[in-house]
Amino acid sequence: MKAKFLILTAMLFAGAAHAALNVVATISDFGAIAEEIGADKIKVTTICKGTEDAHFVSARPGFIRLLNQADVLLEGGADLEAGWLPTLVNGARNQKIQSEAPGRVLLSRGITLLEVPTGPIDRSMGDVHPFGNPHFWLDPANGKIMANNLAEAFSRLDPSNARSYDRNRQKFNERLERKLNEWAKLMEPYRGTKVVTYHKSFDYLLARFGLELAGTIEPKPGIEPGAAYVKLLISRLKVEGVKLILIEPYRPRKTPEYVAQASGGKIVIVPERVGGHEKAKDFFGLFEYDLAQIAAALKETK
Amino acid sequence: MKNLNLSCLMIIISLASSRLQAAKGPDLQALKRELQELRERTDELQRKIEQYESKTSTQPQPQPLPRPAVVDVPKQTPATAGATNVVARPWSPTDPIRLLGTQRNYLNLSFDALVAAGTSTADDIQSLQLGGHDPNQRGFTVQNLETTLDGKVDPYFRGQANIILQIDPEGETALEAEEAYLETLSLPWNLQVRAGHFFTEFGRLNPTHPHLWDFVDQPLINGRLFGADGLRNPGARLSWLVPTPFYSELFLAVQNSQGETSQSFRNSHEDEPYLGRLHDTGRVRSVNDVLFAPRYAASFNLSDSQTLLMGASAAFGPNGSGRDADTQIYGVDLFWKWKPVNHHGGFPFVSWQSEAMLRRFKADAFDWDLDGDSALNPDGSEQDLNGDGIPDLLPNEILSDYGFYSQLAYGFRKGWVAGLRGDWVSSDAARYERLFGRDADRAQRWRVAPNLTWYPSEFSKIRLQYNFDRRRSIGDDHSVWLQLEFLLGSHAAHKF
Repeated sequence: MKAKFLILTAMLFAGAAHAALNVVATISDFGAIAEEIGADKIKVTTICKGTEDAHFVSARPGFIRLLNQADVLLEGGADLEAGWLPTLVNGARNQKIQSEAPGRVLLSRGITLLEVPTGPIDRSMGDVHPFGNPHFWLDPANGKIMANNLAEAFSRLDPSNARSYDRNRQKFNERLERKLNEWAKLMEPYRGTKVVTYHKSFDYLLARFGLELAGTIEPKPGIEPGAAYVKLLISRLKVEGVKLILIEPYRPRKTPEYVAQASGGKIVIVPERVGGHEKAKDFFGLFEYDLAQIAAALKETK
Repeated sequence: MKNLNLSCLMIIISLASSRLQAAKGPDLQALKRELQELRERTDELQRKIEQYESKTSTQPQPQPLPRPAVVDVPKQTPATAGATNVVARPWSPTDPIRLLGTQRNYLNLSFDALVAAGTSTADDIQSLQLGGHDPNQRGFTVQNLETTLDGKVDPYFRGQANIILQIDPEGETALEAEEAYLETLSLPWNLQVRAGHFFTEFGRLNPTHPHLWDFVDQPLINGRLFGADGLRNPGARLSWLVPTPFYSELFLAVQNSQGETSQSFRNSHEDEPYLGRLHDTGRVRSVNDVLFAPRYAASFNLSDSQTLLMGASAAFGPNGSGRDADTQIYGVDLFWKWKPVNHHGGFPFVSWQSEAMLRRFKADAFDWDLDGDSALNPDGSEQDLNGDGIPDLLPNEILSDYGFYSQLAYGFRKGWVAGLRGDWVSSDAARYERLFGRDADRAQRWRVAPNLTWYPSEFSKIRLQYNFDRRRSIGDDHSVWLQLEFLLGSHAAHKF
């Protein structure tokens, strides 16, 4: 009886003892790059689905258990996960991923954040992020910095595989370099074109390829539009000749469709994160898909 | 800019002093005049510099309203480990205190206000509404003004305090230390200890603060068993995250069993009769005189969009009806939530929450003949509810009270939630009630409450609720309450 109990207990604890690094990523994009760098040396699980709004993830208790067993936690920082991650980490009671622990990896480290407020800010301006726009993974060039961060973190935690992590990082960065050139060529004809987005989520992508944000469907970050604002927006889009409205798959369609119809524009639905569309399976897949959609729509409306 | 300013002044002053030396006395008046002029000119220069400075300093960029800020490339700032360069210079006492974001604070500070307005057909609104934070009068009620402080204490602890202000119907402001506890961050073996003054982890509603509730008032069963302010007391709680493939956690709290916030335990009920008799808080004589509250909770992800959380709780402790009297409370709770994988801002969603509880109150025998003269006191302090002319003698017995609530919330579009709650409480008629009729604190009653809430943002809400109450022997009542909430500052992220 006693022996049986011991075996059972040993089995319960055995889950935590296998060799591969157990990596938990807050969003799928961090997980996708981690998979490129870690390959078969790590096991990646993602908390926020690519299809959902990353600011409003439910702190499901199952995630507490997930984080409890994690060797590494990948987070974006810059307040992206502030609404749900702290309570999960607190419940997980895992020393390896407490703040400042080697297993807590901040993906925004070394990345130049856009729109860091310089003047006074308060909540009458909506959900303004005091650390800057947290949607930084949408600049594909930031992929390099994230890959370096990840390779460094994995090597520190698992030195025996450091060579493999470094090789994968180099491979990833070389491929990214080629792709960046390819994408830049694809988007070159549309440099300076003005577009509209729902939330300020695509700013990094736009900045990378020289597109200009003419306005957002939301009057202020996180605030839903009212009729008067929509009217003003439409008249401005008409004057400025803005034809493209970029929205994520999970946004409501009614207002964007109305704006598109009234201003003679076109809606393009593109995922903001890996897994947001069946074709956006990995890091490169996301940008391939998004840029192809955007380029096609811009070609059509030009 | 400041340096330039200073050096200008230095030059002017040295010029002035050299002139003074050169003049060597003959026309002191003229020199004084000249000095005065110089002083005025430096003042003027100073003013100009200041004006210039204030113009070039960081000001909110005036934006035409409908146009949100466009990507501003020159304003890029590299993010350093963990944070950014929002604070470019050290904070000075003349700066406003800004509490935005959660990554740079030693202390998160927030203030939450809950106020209600409404009316009811009941004459006894204060016994219709069982919660201490419920709207309890016609007109306006300040339900709860809550200041929350929380943060990491050091590498070992996290701390939290909730200080409540309440304004009672007489207009008196009461201050209440609702919770103040610390929690460990780094215990081994999946353990966590909480110590201080805190809500007992019993079911789902008891440990949560009123601003998180889906309804303007607390469920009836919570009011009956845990009283107006919920079950909370000083103590310590150990919890263990069980290494099961799914989430499950075991809690054991040991807390004081006496006081106003332990309705079913050693509570004097302000020397008013409760369950037909008077109660005494007594003293702690042994370890059996504290409150033990175990709980087990488990959660399952039924699918990517559905989560189930279930729990079983209990609370054991002595009560104030006599020397060896004790109380046992048992509860089960269930929370289910559906939120699609393509939600926008957390909407739409459907959640269903239910709790059922049973209390077994072992009441000691009680003799209303307080002075032992077998006759009624003329001052009316001795009860004679059966009207036989001698003070009542209540037998010792086990009183069973039970009830449940079940509530549904449907977030049908971003910011809008429709809710419906059903409440039912009852008890087994006690022997003391056979003597003088059903006790209003134990008689069957039920309530149905539909409501509609609008959240303009995560930091405010407006809620309209209708309550239909049926109390056996008292009758039916209708109430309508409008509730308003606002939250300032940075508030810790909430549990599931």
